Amino acid sequence: MAKFELTLPENTRRFLHDAGELSRFAARFFAEGFSPRYEVLEFVRQCFVVGYKSLPLAGLTAFIMGLVLTMQLHPTMVYYGVEAMIPAMVGISIVREIGPILTALIFAGKIGSSIGAELGSMKVTEQIDAMEVSGTNPFKYLVVTRTLAATLMLPILVIIADAISLYGSYLGINIYENVSFYLFFKQIFDHLLFMDVVPAVIKTFFFGFAVGIIGCYKGYYSSKGTEGVGRSANSAVVVSSVMIFILDLLAVQITDLL
Amino acid sequence: MARNSDHKEMVITIEGLCKSFGANMVLDDFNLSLHRGESLVVLGKSGSGKSVLIKCIIGLIRPDRGIIRVLGQNVLTLSHDALDEIRVKVGFLFQSNALYDSMTVRENLEFPLRRHSFNLTQSAANDMVMEALHNVGLEHTVDMMPAELSGGMRKRIALARTLILKPEIILYDEPTTGLDPITALEIISLMKAIHEKYRTSSIIITHDMKCVSLTADRVAMLIDGRCYAEGTYDELKMAQDEKIKQFFQ
Ligand SMILES: Nc1ncnc2c1ncn2[C@@H]1O[C@H](COP(=O)(O)OP(=O)(O)OP(=O)(O)O)[C@@H](O)[C@H]1O
Ligand SMILES: [Mg+2]
Repeated sequence: MAKFELTLPENTRRFLHDAGELSRFAARFFAEGFSPRYEVLEFVRQCFVVGYKSLPLAGLTAFIMGLVLTMQLHPTMVYYGVEAMIPAMVGISIVREIGPILTALIFAGKIGSSIGAELGSMKVTEQIDAMEVSGTNPFKYLVVTRTLAATLMLPILVIIADAISLYGSYLGINIYENVSFYLFFKQIFDHLLFMDVVPAVIKTFFFGFAVGIIGCYKGYYSSKGTEGVGRSANSAVVVSSVMIFILDLLAVQITDLL
Repeated sequence: MARNSDHKEMVITIEGLCKSFGANMVLDDFNLSLHRGESLVVLGKSGSGKSVLIKCIIGLIRPDRGIIRVLGQNVLTLSHDALDEIRVKVGFLFQSNALYDSMTVRENLEFPLRRHSFNLTQSAANDMVMEALHNVGLEHTVDMMPAELSGGMRKRIALARTLILKPEIILYDEPTTGLDPITALEIISLMKAIHEKYRTSSIIITHDMKCVSLTADRVAMLIDGRCYAEGTYDELKMAQDEKIKQFFQ
């Protein structure tokens, strides 16, 4: 009997293989993450590290983004005589899209790469094996704590970044005209609906999870040698950035249905 | 290291061990046993599967087939907790030291103490750390980071971390590889001192003949995935077999 074989191009096969392995890895996260023993101390430490490491950069870019966006919108809005709408427009774009995406990408660059490199070098220098023989489940101690920390810290970072960004926009508008702080934010909150804010925050949990789990996966299965570590860090950033955009695309489809 | 022939209790026995990675057959029906108080050297060339072998013993790699008994228990059928109990009694010195980069020397040494959930007070833990560091002569490095240490010092700290739980058996994965001859000799004499002091049994994996001649009570040769020959250093040195002779040239 003739055997039926599906032949796929090598890179397609590798992609599918990788996707399958990554899903298995994520499933293991749920299986191991919610059974004792809980690594609470390491989790809290990771939350601090993850948040602290990315806050300055995320804050700075958010500030500049808010400022620049406002300054670039201003002439056009004045031309159409709707400069009063600037706060509402900037508010919605920042809260719904720019804040989450920009912060998540910065987060992927900063945290995804550092998790990938850290776990990768722990893998190749046998530190993960050493944990295993020291009465520690390295998956719980390293992967679960870091992924959870990334999942919980990114939404918080995004909210802070949104606020900083809106403040940047407030300064931007004051370059041209005098708008009071109260009026500016009243304008924003009059137009910002509950349905703008909630989905935008919810999707950032998924972004954070993607960055954490992909960074861990790439590090945990890093190939031998220092070159392997570099490759892990690099592909952690690339894959999680692409993943963020894919999730964002899904999120906009879902919120459109609501 | 005196050969102790009146003690014949087995602490490790390995029977019919097989392990392959894909098409790469690394271990093929490997048999070996370690007696209490003995220093057994496993000799094999690079890539012959020496690291795979001792990682199987401690349960880090799951073999495809075979039986591994450590202190009377088959490690392949043990529960996770029972395996952890065995791992307290079996120290492992990693080929690449495996010191945690993000922790100080003290935290590195405390890690196995704390994680194996003995309820230790801080001062008891401190005493154990200092005793382990004293054994390797590096008390002054206690607050340093691993990156600040030289290769030989790192090896000694790794040894101290292995010793801190007072294991009955120590598995050394290439303890002298990558060190200069003088530092290698220091590590070897440290290993001998530990053997004398704590009466440990050990398996030493190496391809360094100097290390073999100085530490081995018995030598096993890992060639083509199996235990190709076994005997004392002098016996194997006299052997006529081509594959064995290669090592002694
Ligand atoms: N996790 C793994 N996946 C696939 N192959 C592996 C794995 N670990 C080891 N191998 C293969 O098993 C063989 C033996 O490796 P091992 O590390 O045991 O060699 P070794 O005898 O310790 O060599 P060295 O002296 O260089 O440390 C090698 O061919 C290696 O490629
Ligand atoms: Mg090896």
